[in-house]
Amino acid sequence: MGREIIRGVKASVSSRPRCRWVAPALLPVINLALALLLSAVVVVLIGESPTRALWLLANGAVGNAEAVGYTLYYATNFVFTGLAVAVAFHGGLFNIGAEGQAYIGGLGVALLCLGAGGWPTAMIVAAAVVLAAAGGAAWAFVPAWLQARRGSHVVITTIMFNFIASALMTHLLVNVLIKPGQQSPETREFDPNTWLPQLHDVARSLGWEIGRSPLNLSVLVALAAGVGVWIYLWHTRWGYELRALGHNETAAVYGGILPARTVIVAMSSSGALAGLMSLNEVMGVQHRLLLNFPGGAGYVGIAVALMGRNHPLGIGLAAVLFGALYQGGSELSFDMPNLTRDMVVVIQGLIILVCGALEHALRGPLEAVVR
Amino acid sequence: MSETALLIALLAAATARGAAPLVLAALGGLFAERSGIVDIGLEGKMLAAAFGAAATAAVTGSAWAGLGAGVAASVLVSLVHGFACITHNGNQVVSGMALNITLSGLTAALGYAWFHEGGQTPLLGPGARFAPIELPGAAALAGVPGVGTAYREVVSGHNLLVYFAAAIVPVAAWIVYRTRFGLRLRAVGESPDAVDTAGISVSVTRYRALVMSGVLCGVSGAYLSIAHHASFIRDMSAGKGYLALAALIFGQWRPVPTLGACLLFAFADALQARLQGTPLPLLGVVPVQLIQAIPYILTVCLLAGFVGRAVAPRAIGIPYLKER
Repeated sequence: MGREIIRGVKASVSSRPRCRWVAPALLPVINLALALLLSAVVVVLIGESPTRALWLLANGAVGNAEAVGYTLYYATNFVFTGLAVAVAFHGGLFNIGAEGQAYIGGLGVALLCLGAGGWPTAMIVAAAVVLAAAGGAAWAFVPAWLQARRGSHVVITTIMFNFIASALMTHLLVNVLIKPGQQSPETREFDPNTWLPQLHDVARSLGWEIGRSPLNLSVLVALAAGVGVWIYLWHTRWGYELRALGHNETAAVYGGILPARTVIVAMSSSGALAGLMSLNEVMGVQHRLLLNFPGGAGYVGIAVALMGRNHPLGIGLAAVLFGALYQGGSELSFDMPNLTRDMVVVIQGLIILVCGALEHALRGPLEAVVR
Repeated sequence: MSETALLIALLAAATARGAAPLVLAALGGLFAERSGIVDIGLEGKMLAAAFGAAATAAVTGSAWAGLGAGVAASVLVSLVHGFACITHNGNQVVSGMALNITLSGLTAALGYAWFHEGGQTPLLGPGARFAPIELPGAAALAGVPGVGTAYREVVSGHNLLVYFAAAIVPVAAWIVYRTRFGLRLRAVGESPDAVDTAGISVSVTRYRALVMSGVLCGVSGAYLSIAHHASFIRDMSAGKGYLALAALIFGQWRPVPTLGACLLFAFADALQARLQGTPLPLLGVVPVQLIQAIPYILTVCLLAGFVGRAVAPRAIGIPYLKER
């Protein structure tokens, strides 16, 4: 048996150079193909043509400038939540609570925008970034603290916190923040100077014409967040500690890393990233606080992080892919009324299944093939 | 006085109806988690079963066919979970989440496309669902003060699946604590290598646990769509799977305390539905949402060790590798 292990190690060492980039590059493509293939079965069950559906979906997502704008607008949300899930993943933590953290981040942004009508826009934007991050971080801090100090598992507590956030926000929107004299539970519209400028307006002021879409300046915040996460994870001591903890807790503790502090820092950063999502939705597009505005983006973040292999670059690509699925999915439902946007949720779930839960099932055979 | 008694009786009856799906799903989760497999997918299994049951009952007109289809759908989902987590050592939380998301989309998409009623299934007629059952003697006892009301409102007049849920608690406790399978189940969740050394397959035991989970979640989901309601509505499990998971944790992975947790959570829900803005003595008007959040807050407090202590099965969440 011992010799087998040695042979196994040798084989894996000799196969390293090619496998190192082939598997990471090919796996997401194979995963996506498999998830789409399974979804095609569902499309056939519904009684539509999968190839035509795929073509309509792609065309709806990137067929014209407006569609691309919408795709990137959705992608902005998913970059934030994807980064949030990925930061936690690096520490061996599974943050299912991005949805609730984004929701509470939105509360911070909304309170600011409701109260700060007279401030200069630049100041409001800066304060909104801080408050969105603070709201999300605060909502992640409690589960993090409970895991670090009291030993309760973040998976369960973050799920519970999603429900608690939902109840809290429903209460606030129905009883406290609701615009007087209306039925639907939402705040009044913010003053226009608190809105994040939309990109087509910015482009026009620079002399360019681009398609009208909800894409707004928060996409730049998303890019900055991606770079920030990359620096944090691979070029700071905190990031090193986090990754060390995620790889091997015993070794990390032996190396002098404090697990409790690392877990709290990581989960709070994760929550902060999720909270930033509300910049795009609340401040950039809706300009008011709506019931359940995150709309599942926190869960899409799980798929994005898994597919992007927890690297900011991969997350960016995966977020654009999911943005395209969401945008293409709503266009698709116009042309094929039988296919609702729920199909996109199916694809999303299947991607999490094949990329996340079945990763070992595919990686082994693939590495054997490309060796 | 009799009005208060009737109110209490109605609350108790609503609690029983609300607790039934929670008990079934939580006990399903109990089998899975006691075998060492995290079962976040209760929600997805319930949805699969609710849709399968309602769709089949709508087409065949038979409640029993619906129940069978619901259970089959739920077991299938459970087996996919097993395939990912047991056969391929996948991350159990990720797999459960994936199934929840997939099923939430799939049931809505199929329901929309097949029945053209905006994601709902057609309303079921009387034969296609489990109707409330009048237990013998309810009419005869009606004249007896106190007992009569209690018997008529609380004990009698539920559908078959509520009684099934009540009966399954002692059965589950007996299976877990008094049978050979139960012993292996608990052992495999605490110390799978010991079970393996004794010559018992860890994988087979865990698959059997997941099938049990699938069957019970199947009945739970069918309860929602063909007993409690008369059709499938999109996302109709509405977090009940997660609530059942919370109850399972609150019940510390033991059948009878889990039943207690389910009753508590269902009572909070029944109370919330009845109060709806009525001021309480000392407290004033309690926001409905606060009462809705109580189960989740309690579970977090329990997990944090502020009230009691929840100790999970030791091997939970860890894929079993035969040789390292």
